[in-house]
Amino acid sequence: MEEGCSCLYSRMASRFSIGLLILLAIVLLMVRVLYVIYRCGKPLPKGASQSFTTLIVLGSGGHTAEMLSLLSVLRKDRFTPRFYIAAATDNMSLQKARSFEDSVAEKPAVKEASSQFMQIYRSREVGQSYVTSVWTTIVAIVHALWLMIRIRPQVILCNGPGTCIPLCVIAFVFKVLGIRWSSIFYVESVARVKKLSLSGLLLYKLRIADQFFVQWPQLQKKYPRAHYVGCLM
Amino acid sequence: MEDRENAKRIVFVTVGTTSFDALVKAVVSEDVKDELQKRGFTHLLIQMGRGIFFPTKCDGADGSLVVDYFTFSSSIADYIRSASLVISHAGSGSIFETLKLGKPLIVVVNEDLMDNHQCELAEALEERKHLYYTRPHTLHQTLTKMELESLVQYTPGDGTPVARIIDRFLGFPDD
Repeated sequence: MEEGCSCLYSRMASRFSIGLLILLAIVLLMVRVLYVIYRCGKPLPKGASQSFTTLIVLGSGGHTAEMLSLLSVLRKDRFTPRFYIAAATDNMSLQKARSFEDSVAEKPAVKEASSQFMQIYRSREVGQSYVTSVWTTIVAIVHALWLMIRIRPQVILCNGPGTCIPLCVIAFVFKVLGIRWSSIFYVESVARVKKLSLSGLLLYKLRIADQFFVQWPQLQKKYPRAHYVGCLM
Repeated sequence: MEDRENAKRIVFVTVGTTSFDALVKAVVSEDVKDELQKRGFTHLLIQMGRGIFFPTKCDGADGSLVVDYFTFSSSIADYIRSASLVISHAGSGSIFETLKLGKPLIVVVNEDLMDNHQCELAEALEERKHLYYTRPHTLHQTLTKMELESLVQYTPGDGTPVARIIDRFLGFPDD
């Protein structure tokens, strides 16, 4: 009788301690997430690094033109090496990025192969059914994770395509887990005047983007944490 | 003949990478063609994309508007450069390409597109008088009312303000 009792006690105690451990882990994780959110948007100290491994997420047509307009005024030596990612179904964007890099590389100072080009699977193509998109979403997430582990970017530049969401979320998880600290910059497309795109809204609301830029003053009024920077085009 | 070459005034129509048959149909309608000719345009060149509506070509021998079309081209910029008026779909790419080349622009919004946030851009740029903005069925009206001289030249922007904020954020000194 007594034995059974103590057994029950020890079982309860171990269950209690496991529960306590899980609770502690959750609390610690929450604190870390809150700390990361607090730190996001805070500038790095002066002279933090000479150059940053940079990930550039390209979208179709207009998005890529805007991104290249930004890249053309950024100092290449500060953002190197550069990794370009575009959707696997989009051939044009990487081609444009390549010719942009070629035009930069003509200047002898930055001659080394400082850029790489990669494609990423999209979770859902236009018109795809929802049943098959469960599978393709899993594949897309695993693929995004693999790319992010390989690149481990310190700076992420993106401006709108949906493909940037999994990459930015993984970058945020890396920050929480202490794998890699990164600064995420999001420039909302010039085509968005009154409303943010879904990608923009998510990165703004979840505070994943460290700095958020909009190209129309109307949007800045609605989203006060954003910087109004005028048209990139 | 040479006189005619010199006086070439081209209207270039572009639908972008997809199709926009409603726009192609609208520009080759008789009243639109008449209005264009009345305003001194001599050629109508249409980039029709994946559309299935093929307009009737016309060599202008009888003194009417010359009509020609093609599906895609890698040098859209050259066509825009040679044009005196551009009628375009609402994609930001061709809108800014045209504005940067300083050509008068009419943007026609595709009402068949579901998520039509693109009309926001055309609307905002029309408010600043950089272009005219219309729909396929009101194109003729816009053409009759438009005053190309009143359009305001667009000054292209660049990424410098963004670059400055990014550089400061990452702890780089201002140069």
